Amino acid sequence: MRRIISVLVENEPGALSRIVGLFSQRNYNIETLTVAPTEDETLSRLTVTTSGNPQVIEQITKQLNKLIDVVKLVDLTEGHHVERELMLIKVRASGPLRAEVKRTADIFRGQIVDVTSTVYTIQLTGTQDKLDGFIESIGQAQVLEVVRSGITGIARGEKVLSL
Amino acid sequence: MELLSGADMVVRSLADEGVEYIYGYPGGALLHVYDAIFRQKAVTHILVRHEQAATHMADGYARATGKPGVALVTSGPGATNTITGIATAYLDSIPMVVISGQVPSGFIGTDMFQEVDMVGISRPIVKHSFLVKKAEDIPEVIRKAFHIAQTGRPGPVVVDIPKDITDLSKKYEYHYPDKVKIRSYNPPAKGHNGQIRKAVDLLMKARRPVIYAGGGVILGHASELLIELARKLNVPVTNTLNGLGGFPGSDRQFVGMLGMHGSYCANKTMHHSDLILAIGARFDDRVTNNTEKFCPDAKIIHIDIDPASISKTVTADIPIVGPVDTVLENMLRQLSETTDSQDDAALAEWWTSIDSWREKGLFPYEKGDGNILKPQQVIESLYQVTQGDAFVTSDVGQHQMFAAQYYRFNKPNRWISSGGLGTMGFGLPAAMGIKLSFPEEQVACVTGEGSIQMNIQELSTCLQYDLHLKVININNQALGMVRQWQDMQYDSRYSHSYMESLPDFVKLAESYGHVGIRVTRPEELLPAMEEAFSLKDRLVFMDIQVDPNEHVYPMQIKDGNMCDLWLSKTERT
Repeated sequence: MRRIISVLVENEPGALSRIVGLFSQRNYNIETLTVAPTEDETLSRLTVTTSGNPQVIEQITKQLNKLIDVVKLVDLTEGHHVERELMLIKVRASGPLRAEVKRTADIFRGQIVDVTSTVYTIQLTGTQDKLDGFIESIGQAQVLEVVRSGITGIARGEKVLSL
Repeated sequence: MELLSGADMVVRSLADEGVEYIYGYPGGALLHVYDAIFRQKAVTHILVRHEQAATHMADGYARATGKPGVALVTSGPGATNTITGIATAYLDSIPMVVISGQVPSGFIGTDMFQEVDMVGISRPIVKHSFLVKKAEDIPEVIRKAFHIAQTGRPGPVVVDIPKDITDLSKKYEYHYPDKVKIRSYNPPAKGHNGQIRKAVDLLMKARRPVIYAGGGVILGHASELLIELARKLNVPVTNTLNGLGGFPGSDRQFVGMLGMHGSYCANKTMHHSDLILAIGARFDDRVTNNTEKFCPDAKIIHIDIDPASISKTVTADIPIVGPVDTVLENMLRQLSETTDSQDDAALAEWWTSIDSWREKGLFPYEKGDGNILKPQQVIESLYQVTQGDAFVTSDVGQHQMFAAQYYRFNKPNRWISSGGLGTMGFGLPAAMGIKLSFPEEQVACVTGEGSIQMNIQELSTCLQYDLHLKVININNQALGMVRQWQDMQYDSRYSHSYMESLPDFVKLAESYGHVGIRVTRPEELLPAMEEAFSLKDRLVFMDIQVDPNEHVYPMQIKDGNMCDLWLSKTERT
């Protein structure tokens, strides 16, 4: 089962390598990983999506908590949450396809952020499924390049992950 | 406020931390620090012959005293040579601080002479590590390193210090902090009261309870409390390899070590129990055998300071996270307040079963025809001569299991062995670390001709520092445990398990300035052992030739339950 774990870590050199190293060392899976500093400059927030049975997920959270640099973490998938991924996708857009690509982008609420005579670069945010769906709709043959940010997320309502 | 250079701050911080000994080896990146060591007397430096031995000395010291051991090594190969020792400490949760030199800050990443990414290389086997960025940070980093190493679940901490930071010409205000606060590190101070109450309820209801106690009891200074609890509940107690001594080995309630080479009685008791109280143990594969078949009728209460140890391999019914001492205190208090009573008839029946399982003794073996020495006899003789009161270190293999089985440890911190990592070469330096701190006590390193050669160069260190320990080399001229598995699983195809061209260990010991004694016949053993221990001011190396065909039994049968055992070469359960 897929899980999204959000982690507050000390903004120290080496902190990220301890977390990534833990996953490989203990044979856990990383599907996506995003990390950036927070409004508190001493902390970074990292979002990792992983999968495994409940025992594995329990071990992952316990082992992460053991790392000295990890301040706090939450498994977002345990509660209601919002998750988003950003995708930039370069699509062939010439001839009759050009209008079709634009239409599809509009349907998915994508924005065209760069244009040439033959190529559209589209920015799209949403859940993983939505981004996958867009690629499917456009058709693999038209896709020149894709870059995805990995999933980030936040709990709904009053619940916050902070010190 | 006093002004000190970075190098002097390193050494002063160690002194202010209360460190008595550092075990180390100098080199380019550490020359400033070694100069600072030369100019002070508070901390004694012991020069080893190989950096791995420095970490094992620190480890032996830590296991015997309960205080963190300290190793000091230079950059590059000095640092990489400590890796086995750090991993050994990590797997057995031993508090240790390893200070490594590093190339100057500005050269990190340039593949400079003797540069290695020590923080990176050691990352998976440390509790935490630091790369010091500024000389002013040294006292606080060292205080944090010691704090982390010895609190919570203990473990090794690496402090990597670039050479420029120890520059003797630059001085800074020195202040050693009493306390440090690490906001992301708060090990639990006590267990959950409600969970302990549930545990007490189960303990009172249990008909066939057993206590399974590990190294955490010793690390957590909870041996006395464990004895009190076992007495109060009248339950059998088994120890893991690392837990030996946590409960008195010659006590009636002790059923022997459990697991792969545990006693028939301990493994039967575990398998047939209806309640396991696990204390500071981690359901290691060398204990459980196949976890699917593990103790089918037992509910499990698991006390551990590390939540990640709970329900890792075997799911606990009642997890209790906390230091074993405070949890056991709470448990004892609740037990004394409870109005429930135990089922005495059921317990009496349980003890009848247990006593039937140990009818033949905990570890029976074939004594042989009197012409060939059995390795088990060596340990029995060691036990007899030292009156069960020695510090015993071991290396890894058959001799380690024989020592664990036949030396009955009645006190904690006396059995010093690499249980988790299984590090050959551990025993001699570990014994050195102990002998240095306990010069009046008997210290024996039980080893084999394979393991001893992995750090034999330390006999030279022993001469330099008058470390008059006894090396009990159980010499079967083969890598015995490997050979045993080859006998049992590979039709006795002895692939690289025998030691060709062994040295003459007696002459070798003599050339290092020690006493060597060779024992080849059973009747020579006891007098030789007595002689060795009567030579109080000499290191004695006993080279004892034993039966090369002996196996360690019992032995769990792979993929079976706990008490699926080989009891001898021909007999199984």
